[in-house]
Amino acid sequence: MTMPPPPGYNPQQQQQLQQQQQYQQHQQQQYGRPSRMSDSSLRLVWIYPDLLSTYGDRGNALVLERRARQRGLAVSRIDVRSDQPVPTSGDIYLIGGGEDRPQRLAAERLRQDSGLARAVDNGAIVFSVCAGYQILGHEFINDLGQREPGLGLLDVWSTRGEGARSVGDVLAEPDPRLGLPTLTGFENHQGVTHLGQGVSPLATVTAGGPHGGGNGDGNGTEGAWRDTVFGTYLHGPVLARNPAVADLLIKLALDVNALPPADTTWYDALRAERIAATGQPA
Amino acid sequence: MPGTGSEAAAPGARDSSLPARSKLAVTAGKVAAAASRSVGRGSGSVIGGKVALKLDPDLLARLADHLDVVLVSATNGKTTTTRLIAEALRAAGPVVSNALGANMPAGITAALAGGSDARYGVIEVDEKYLAGVARDTSPKAIALLNLSRDQLDRAAETRMMAEKWREGLQDTDAVIIANADDPLVTWAASSCRRVVWVAAGQAWKEDAWSCPSCGGVMQRPGDDWYCQECGFRRPQPHWALQGAHVVDPNGAAWPIQLQLPGRANLANATSSAAVAAVFGVPPQVALERMQSVSAVAGRYDVVSYQGRDVRLLLAKNPAGWLETFSLIDGPPAPVILSVNAMDADGTDTSWLWDVDYERLAGHPVFVMGQRKLDLAVRLEVAGLQFHVVDSLADAVRMAPPGRIEAIANYTAFQQLRKVVAG
Repeated sequence: MTMPPPPGYNPQQQQQLQQQQQYQQHQQQQYGRPSRMSDSSLRLVWIYPDLLSTYGDRGNALVLERRARQRGLAVSRIDVRSDQPVPTSGDIYLIGGGEDRPQRLAAERLRQDSGLARAVDNGAIVFSVCAGYQILGHEFINDLGQREPGLGLLDVWSTRGEGARSVGDVLAEPDPRLGLPTLTGFENHQGVTHLGQGVSPLATVTAGGPHGGGNGDGNGTEGAWRDTVFGTYLHGPVLARNPAVADLLIKLALDVNALPPADTTWYDALRAERIAATGQPA
Repeated sequence: MPGTGSEAAAPGARDSSLPARSKLAVTAGKVAAAASRSVGRGSGSVIGGKVALKLDPDLLARLADHLDVVLVSATNGKTTTTRLIAEALRAAGPVVSNALGANMPAGITAALAGGSDARYGVIEVDEKYLAGVARDTSPKAIALLNLSRDQLDRAAETRMMAEKWREGLQDTDAVIIANADDPLVTWAASSCRRVVWVAAGQAWKEDAWSCPSCGGVMQRPGDDWYCQECGFRRPQPHWALQGAHVVDPNGAAWPIQLQLPGRANLANATSSAAVAAVFGVPPQVALERMQSVSAVAGRYDVVSYQGRDVRLLLAKNPAGWLETFSLIDGPPAPVILSVNAMDADGTDTSWLWDVDYERLAGHPVFVMGQRKLDLAVRLEVAGLQFHVVDSLADAVRMAPPGRIEAIANYTAFQQLRKVVAG
């Protein structure tokens, strides 16, 4: 590990970094190379930032990178433009939110590219937000008002909501199996997403969401997941509001149950503020 | 209409040519504005305009009928550019302008109603209202500077805005002065009959990687751009910003000497010079007059606060922050960041993650405002050192020596102005 400490590190953080490096050595002695990681670095693949990066989605990539590096992991990030093939060797794939037309273009291009599906078959982790979440499902309504096929990586399908757009802060209680605290985020979508038998809701909406919030399917659900594939309507960006979700993705990629601690002071302060501002958690 | 275009018209002469209903509307609007001012609710121009438009819905068209009008619209820089054009056109005659940035129909109506002896109307228009205001005011010129993501929780999507412009302006007789370096602006303008293309530059590129015409992936080598799929490409510019010079259509280069800082204002001056030329004001005259502008509605103003010099900078969206970072003093100049998320700012703060705060490395940084904790997380992830403070006074007290750069989004900026004004 030869990565220089990022600027702005204080001595306490330096100490933390040393602990992280020890942890990494320990990991390698204990388990050898983590099973899903293709080499010694965590490979993040950000799909189509040219089309699907409208609502600060870059933040999800930045938070993941930061929190992985704080654990002493080397991180390589590949930003895949929509005229480039999706690599199959990534550990974590991010696919973000976008406007209606770019969403259709992204679905068209991703359907021609088997990279993401092959990566999922190999156990890669996929974290999708809003438009990207809809694309992972069976179908959604495109900018032309037509049904657009998705990738079918999540057993969900999306329709167009009848009422006003769902815009605003949301709180949701995650599926207890994920071991996550309350989710906070900002949603901004017209679509309604229906969940099939092959997925579980990521969370249940407890506050906010003027029009039902989350999936908007009338059941109070937010997002969906199965195995290593996740979808959510939450922006914020969601990993900046919920660093525990970023840590979960890293743990899944490393195939470990725990990570060494990394400072969450400012995340915690932000979470407390947003949770208080959005309403009482259940 | 009698009196149209008369430079010698006495103040108030234009009012006398308005129909009785319009005169009544103007008067009622002024009364409402005065009432609003007297109870301390701002300048009253918007409420005045609303009252006047209610009484005479055609008032804006009637007021504009006597003026040579230029409209200015963009995501960023429209208030400053409106001011620069107004200064330039004063070389040719009296100007009326909504200089304070009230840029929707009511505010525009109020501003025009207050300029009865003007020959030129220089009007900033909110992006969403451009097509309607262009219909009402029959402008001689329309300047389109840039389009980028802004307040996506309440505004139309960025490309949809370009489409609105394209549809709303395609039949206009106005000369369009458009930024050829912005693919969305180019697409909006390219259906118009008369377009003057200005290579004004565009630092922010993240909203135009996808061809606005066909959706193809945009190629952007150097300053050029084109779509490989449909052939939509950057037009050959007539005017260009080169370094700190305006190059006019004859190839002559004119130095830009502004008090306003930054590349974005050189671009604004270039577009303004191209607009001035439409009205017969030569670039050297226009640019010389622009030099007198030092601050626009408080933006770029260097104020003294608690014995320290603080420069107030407004940055409302990722493109604006990018331009602002390029003009601030280098490290170790202290930087204060203030971000709110009121309705006028947009209530979704996700956009903070599109801003490269990494560029502030080396500056002592202080964060404040309603959403200072969002900023704190953003800066922590950027690996920066920073202090979270509760007020401008605290930030200024803690800041090391040197002029302080205070960058704020819309309502946070208004609050800073109030605080420094005491």
